[in-house]
Amino acid sequence: MKSNSLLNIALVGNPNTGKTSLFNQLTGLNQKVGNYPGITVDKKQGRCKISEYLTAEITDLPGTYSINPTTLDETIVLETLLNESNNSYPDLVIVVAEVENLKRNLFLFSQIKDLQFPSILVINMSDQMIRKGITIDIEALKRELKSEIILISARKNLGIDDLKREIENYENWNTEPIANISDKIDTVFFETIKTTFPEFSLYKSWLLITQQKNCAFLSSELYQKITAFNPDSEKVKKYQHKETIYRYQIINEILKKTYAVDKNEATDLRSRLDKILTHKIYGYIIFFGVLMLIFQSIFEWASLPMDLIDSLFANVSELAKTNLPKGTFTNLIAEGVIPGIGGIVIFIPQIAILFLFIATLEETGYMSRVVFLMDKIMRKFGMSGKSIIPLISGTACAIPAIMASRNISDWKERLITILVIPFTTCSARLPVYAILIALIIPDERIFGIFNLQGLTLMGLYLLGFAAAISSAILLHNVLKIKTQSLFVIEMPNYKLPSFKNVFYEVVEKTKAFIFGAGKIILALSIILWFLASNGSEKFKNAAEYVTTQESAKHLNDDVLNKKIASYRLEHSYIGTMGKVIEPVIKPMGYDWKIGIALISSFAAREVFIGALATIYNVGSDGVGSGTIKERMAAEVDSVTGEKRFNFATGMSLLLFYAFAMQCIGTLAIVKRETKSWKWPILQLTGMGALAYIVSVITYTILS
Amino acid sequence: MGDTIANLKIGEIGIIQDFCLDAIPLNLLEMGCLPGKEVRLLQIAPLKDPLYIKVNGSHLAIRIETAKQINITKLR
Ligand SMILES: Nc1nc2c(ncn2[C@@H]2O[C@H](COP(=O)(O)OP(=O)(O)OP(=O)(O)O)[C@@H](O)[C@H]2O)c(=O)[nH]1
Ligand SMILES: [Mg+2]
Repeated sequence: MKSNSLLNIALVGNPNTGKTSLFNQLTGLNQKVGNYPGITVDKKQGRCKISEYLTAEITDLPGTYSINPTTLDETIVLETLLNESNNSYPDLVIVVAEVENLKRNLFLFSQIKDLQFPSILVINMSDQMIRKGITIDIEALKRELKSEIILISARKNLGIDDLKREIENYENWNTEPIANISDKIDTVFFETIKTTFPEFSLYKSWLLITQQKNCAFLSSELYQKITAFNPDSEKVKKYQHKETIYRYQIINEILKKTYAVDKNEATDLRSRLDKILTHKIYGYIIFFGVLMLIFQSIFEWASLPMDLIDSLFANVSELAKTNLPKGTFTNLIAEGVIPGIGGIVIFIPQIAILFLFIATLEETGYMSRVVFLMDKIMRKFGMSGKSIIPLISGTACAIPAIMASRNISDWKERLITILVIPFTTCSARLPVYAILIALIIPDERIFGIFNLQGLTLMGLYLLGFAAAISSAILLHNVLKIKTQSLFVIEMPNYKLPSFKNVFYEVVEKTKAFIFGAGKIILALSIILWFLASNGSEKFKNAAEYVTTQESAKHLNDDVLNKKIASYRLEHSYIGTMGKVIEPVIKPMGYDWKIGIALISSFAAREVFIGALATIYNVGSDGVGSGTIKERMAAEVDSVTGEKRFNFATGMSLLLFYAFAMQCIGTLAIVKRETKSWKWPILQLTGMGALAYIVSVITYTILS
Repeated sequence: MGDTIANLKIGEIGIIQDFCLDAIPLNLLEMGCLPGKEVRLLQIAPLKDPLYIKVNGSHLAIRIETAKQINITKLR
């Protein structure tokens, strides 16, 4: 049961009208906002104090053009509005419209009104009216629609207080339906529906009948009653068509009296920009130029702050070592945890720059043009133009990227997109790439300008995209799923990015990256440290064993201590485990320590460095020091005496990380989004096998 | 005679006549792509697909298969 004082409010509206912007204003939260239809793909809730006595639970919903859903995110809206037992079932609905396309927004509003929710029409982006030459007679519109209407600007924070004041009065709002579908379409048919479901509004019953397949929440009793009505699909289509025409008739009549656009005032910035940005040659040049710019700046602009952070963490580590009591635990902190976290924090500049670009692009409205440009090409790979957005944002993190695929209506296109996203080089791979590249690729320039290390990194990004595309082609040919081309995408107006939106997006995403990774690294470092500093009988008596074994050689203490330490590590719990897996990873060129780090990073890739740091640190028994990189560079093969991280091993590791599916979070999301274990397991095994084979081949050829 | 949105040239306007309900996504209708409405072809993507149109105040991109299903009469 919902408590009496808490009012459930749902924000419903066309995509890109500013629902999330309003939600953020009302709740003080910072949910993602962007000038692309389909930014919000899930329900989000937040509290808002409407008045001294009234608090509301606001639900932000994905945008939709109609209650009849065509994509998964739109289905969420349907379910929220029809399922009375869901916890965000609204007491009242705020329909967010936008000044420019009021006609289409009113279509959805009329549907909501027909569901007989207490509802209010909020017309957003009032700040754009003058520039676009739009005038709206609000009072007349209120009368015509028999509804409350508020003009606001969510971006400029105008009219929000008026809205709150009006909401206080929601119990007195008119809840009469707007469209009388029964009379206009088929009186007999709809009257029977009415008498069969007296408990619902007519429109709700009609929706339940036509949207059965999207109504998983129905009780079996109700379901039976509904299926008894199964009209044939021809009839449904015809009636929906009639309903649509009828609704627009009503709306056009109303708008004729209340809405005017002065064409002379309307600037044609859109058409001029569109001519260039979607041009058959310039369009592509600009798109690839933008991509190049992003990658260049990630590598160029970020290097200075990254060096600063690097030395900062080296100092903190030093400080911890000198000030904490001596012992292995201090070493864990100073040489495992702090550098492990440092290894993540150092990527803040790069990640922030990446998000800065993505967020800015999303705010300008450019992304939809990219979708338009790329649709035909992407279809050859079994995907949709809309897949470009998840693939680009996958360079930050695969998890939101997979969520973003929800607005792809075709299941096959969406599935392939979801399956190949993990190949794109996400930010968790960056720390691993960066340190390995620094170890095995010389810091030189070729042709005087291109930094070899930077080029290698770029190559790995391209490799990721290439792998995504090739596996998409493979899946496209293998998967036998019928496709229906229901692709429609709206091209929003160009906008100047809002600094605030971009800023919060960058901050929130960066924070999520740091804390998400930080927690895992901390936990895993401690577990690894524990497993490495405890062991069986041989571990405990390591000193005796080694001293008696080596007694003939008369080693000095230093060498002897090192031998003891490594003997101990080998017989710790982790060493024992490592030895078990060693035969499997040997062909890839790794020893058991790398193997353990590799396995630890199956939870999250960025753990790799911290795991190695912890293992090396315990193994050295506190004698050694230096950064992780120096440690890794100093590590030698105990048999051959060669460098552990030589070119062959390094390349093999790089390629392993490029292809392997090492992210529990992604697997969980794929399971949730595809509603089946089949697909995440396919990713895990398929990508894992590919990674293993490529690594073995690489190592064999290079060594 | 047999014109569809796919026959429009950039900048041309047509009036929607009819279409086969099965071939058209419902949300396209609901965005206002209905008989009697004007459509203007704004841009064609480089590989001739998709098409960028303006109809009923909405700026939309639709695929050529869909465009071919929507019969129009050209204006001018
Ligand atoms: N000029 C202006 N722009 C606004 C206003 N409110 C929102 N915007 C911009 O409109 C775009 C869409 O805003 P969102 O809040 O993401 O819209 P939404 O309805 O949540 O969109 P979806 O989640 O994709 O359905 C963003 O670029 C906002 O910055 C406003 O009052 N004035
Ligand atoms: Mg939103």
